[in-house]
Amino acid sequence: MHVNTVTPLAADSGPPIFQWKWVDRNADAIVQRLVEHISLTGAALGIGLVVSIGLAVVSLRYRWSYPVILGTAGALYVIPSLGAFAVLVPFFGLTFVSAMIPLATYTLLILIRNIVTGVDQVPNEVREAAVGMGYTRGKLLWQIELPLALPVVIAGLRVAAVTTIGLVTVTSMLGLGGLGYFIRAGIQTATPNPTMIIVGVGLSVVLAVVVDLVLWLSERVLAPWSRKVRAR
Amino acid sequence: MSFLDQLNAWLADPNRWSWTDKAGVPYRTLEHLRFSLLALAIAAVLTIPAALWLAHYRRGAFLASSAVNIGRAIPSFGLIILFWFLASRWELDTTFWPLLLALVALAMPPLFTNTYAGVVTLEQETIDAARGTGYREWQIMLRLELPLASPVILAGARVAFLQLIATVAIGAIVNDGGGLGRYIVDGFAVGAQGYGAIFAGGLAAVLLALVCDGAFALITRVATPRGLALQNARRD
Repeated sequence: MHVNTVTPLAADSGPPIFQWKWVDRNADAIVQRLVEHISLTGAALGIGLVVSIGLAVVSLRYRWSYPVILGTAGALYVIPSLGAFAVLVPFFGLTFVSAMIPLATYTLLILIRNIVTGVDQVPNEVREAAVGMGYTRGKLLWQIELPLALPVVIAGLRVAAVTTIGLVTVTSMLGLGGLGYFIRAGIQTATPNPTMIIVGVGLSVVLAVVVDLVLWLSERVLAPWSRKVRAR
Repeated sequence: MSFLDQLNAWLADPNRWSWTDKAGVPYRTLEHLRFSLLALAIAAVLTIPAALWLAHYRRGAFLASSAVNIGRAIPSFGLIILFWFLASRWELDTTFWPLLLALVALAMPPLFTNTYAGVVTLEQETIDAARGTGYREWQIMLRLELPLASPVILAGARVAFLQLIATVAIGAIVNDGGGLGRYIVDGFAVGAQGYGAIFAGGLAAVLLALVCDGAFALITRVATPRGLALQNARRD
């Protein structure tokens, strides 16, 4: 289980709801939890992206499978996060695996849909020109279609990232750390520690906004030809 | 004891299928639904009229486009606990208000955005025609824009409701009720001995969500105005 690295602060049931002193004293723990949160989010997004690209490639090659794949991803998306963790824990225990399966699964719907939509948006002339230049089907996908689909893919990634950051707070139930640790620990101290709750909630909102911004900027850099794409 | 044995023991509880006992799955399911529906209704009353009005007069477009993003960034888990802390500090009923407030706050963004988008994307000719035949502005909103946008609004309600189902379960962490999440949280509290309860609660929550999603699909089909359904069918 996780080590409690937070030093409790006596007598903080008094009026000031937020105590900078606590933040000061626990700066190391805050950084550690933030890093954990980013790693868990990054791992979930990475796994989700790899699986999504695979399933999107299948959907694009065998068109009939697209509604089936998307429908399944949609049904999985509906599953409550705590319910998913609860069903997995008896099999995998309080582990990284139990957290990663649902987290990665939740990204599938939006990522697959956006990859397929993005590739579909590539103009046919571009495709024909590439085929005329001797591109094989695989090369066409990896070197032409996917790069041109990038803005739409990143739009989906932004939604997936922001959602995942929120869900990682729930995985603190599994003792995996992340900012949810503070949220949960804030009510488990002898007297509830509002500073911990606010730090946990506040930082995860800030993290979501920053990651959204970074991805938006990366789209500008990686796909400067495109503007104004929205996740669907 | 393997978790399947624990599951069997859990299922063998005599009150497990009671509608009135707190151990009962039907009791917890109703509790889960009651909380989710109440929050959805409050959020709908708070957002749909406002969004309808704003969309009709094309105001607040920025709010409509960013509401869902803001809503997504707020962790539901943190929001519940934050409200729980505030409620306990202000000596309010902590088994009811924190969860309800968090749920309403989470359900509002998708409802608002979808109502707004549903109205804004309607064909302007339809609205102009109604105006030409002497419809007042409020009549256009209530008799034209609201029913025509209803499929999009219901899609927003569906997203919101499923999020509510997921969040009520999390609410069991601070809440005495918490619907089916009660089993999960209580199971986690006792550690490995609770795996049976954790699994059963998780499965029940998953099934409830899937059933509700299906129910919403049916409601959307029934509630779509006939003219709109015909129009969509022709377009396909």
